[in-house]
Amino acid sequence: MDARHTFDFLTNPERFMAFSRWAAPLLGVLSAIAAAVGLVLTFMVPEDYQQGDTVRMMFIHIPAASLSMFIYLCLGVASLLSLVFRHVLADLAAQACAPIGAIYTVLALITGSLWGRPMWGTFWVWDARLTSVLVLLLFYLGYMALRGALEDEQKAARSAAILALVGVINLPIVKFSVDWWNTLHQGSSTFLADKGDHLPAIYAWPAALMALAYLGGFGALWLVRIRALVWRRKARSLAMKLAESAR
Amino acid sequence: MKAFGVLLRRELSLAWGRGGGPLLALTFYACVVVLLPMASGRAPERLAAIAPGIAWLALALAALLSLERLFERDYEDGTLDLLALGPAPLEAVAVAKCLAQWLATGAPLALAAPVAALMLGADLKVMPLLVLCALIGGLAFAFLGGLGAALALGSKRGGLLVAVIVLPLFAPPVIFGAGALDGYSAGLPWTSGLLLMLAYCAGAVALSPLAMGAACRNALD
Repeated sequence: MDARHTFDFLTNPERFMAFSRWAAPLLGVLSAIAAAVGLVLTFMVPEDYQQGDTVRMMFIHIPAASLSMFIYLCLGVASLLSLVFRHVLADLAAQACAPIGAIYTVLALITGSLWGRPMWGTFWVWDARLTSVLVLLLFYLGYMALRGALEDEQKAARSAAILALVGVINLPIVKFSVDWWNTLHQGSSTFLADKGDHLPAIYAWPAALMALAYLGGFGALWLVRIRALVWRRKARSLAMKLAESAR
Repeated sequence: MKAFGVLLRRELSLAWGRGGGPLLALTFYACVVVLLPMASGRAPERLAAIAPGIAWLALALAALLSLERLFERDYEDGTLDLLALGPAPLEAVAVAKCLAQWLATGAPLALAAPVAALMLGADLKVMPLLVLCALIGGLAFAFLGGLGAALALGSKRGGLLVAVIVLPLFAPPVIFGAGALDGYSAGLPWTSGLLLMLAYCAGAVALSPLAMGAACRNALD
């Protein structure tokens, strides 16, 4: 196959619709299976010697938090592609992933504060990472607000894409701020942390499964939303054609 | 360069001349500072603790609200179309606008900040740092706010939209500036906050004109 056509299933609308038709449900089913197994394992792991039962919050909190940042990255990449190549599908992908990202961010904030209550004794502290995740949510909301406020769809798309790229600058600052304040929120202790501070294997399995479940869920929802936006465009152009022929 | 100088002079005289110039922003700043003790209680020790932070945050708000129509009036009356045809690129036009905005309202606000902080009971020794922070931060606020104003061009609900876009971008300079002020008044190391804010400001001044140019071109299409 010609290398130029390797990504046709993402760039050609027809091929994309054919690909996402089976990819979206497949991802959804995989995500559901991973979530089911991951949740069972979540309740089977032994209690943590410090956190007790509440350690189980980790498995639903951390994937949401990582995904909230990952989805913003997806938004930034899709926006860049739509700005550079003026590609319709890239723009629809950006439009489709913003609300999903906002919901994952809200999920991370809610599960985090439910975990913070028994552990830190408070639902919310103005610590570096919590604050920057909240700012991330504001970025999503600003993107959606700008997109909705401009009436000309193409201008709205480009303007929002520029804003998304500006917001990508926020992502490194999210990471950096943890080091600068270094307050209540603990540092990362997953897979790349220093020796002696890493997650034991018995906790790593459900964590990895839940991460896959969240990731697959995002993929499925993203594809479904892009499909819906493609259909909406088709419906609109059909309605225009109808109105033309009726005149 | 000559075109840039002409533009800057035009923007400056517009910013100074129209509607009382910096007076409006200063009055807004005074209003926020007056309302604050009414909301939080007038106990001096409580006010003194938050004075530099409040003086600093109100500054960001005043800067933001005076920026909201930075491009709008030129967009509506067609001036922006003419500027786009002129010899200076739209990026330079954006720089001239933001710079003029900073000189005309940011600098007066920076000079007003110590007065507000003093009335709220802040320690005298933070005042030089507060002015410095307000000057540097004001430059960042001007460029970020200009970016929001350019992105929102052509929307029917300007002000609130610009605020929603821009306020999250204000987070880093507000944090770094407040960190420097807090550290200084508590006798802790404070230079890192100031330097980080300088870095953020430099990044905003360097990068946001590109985005503003792209946004203006998009709106003019």
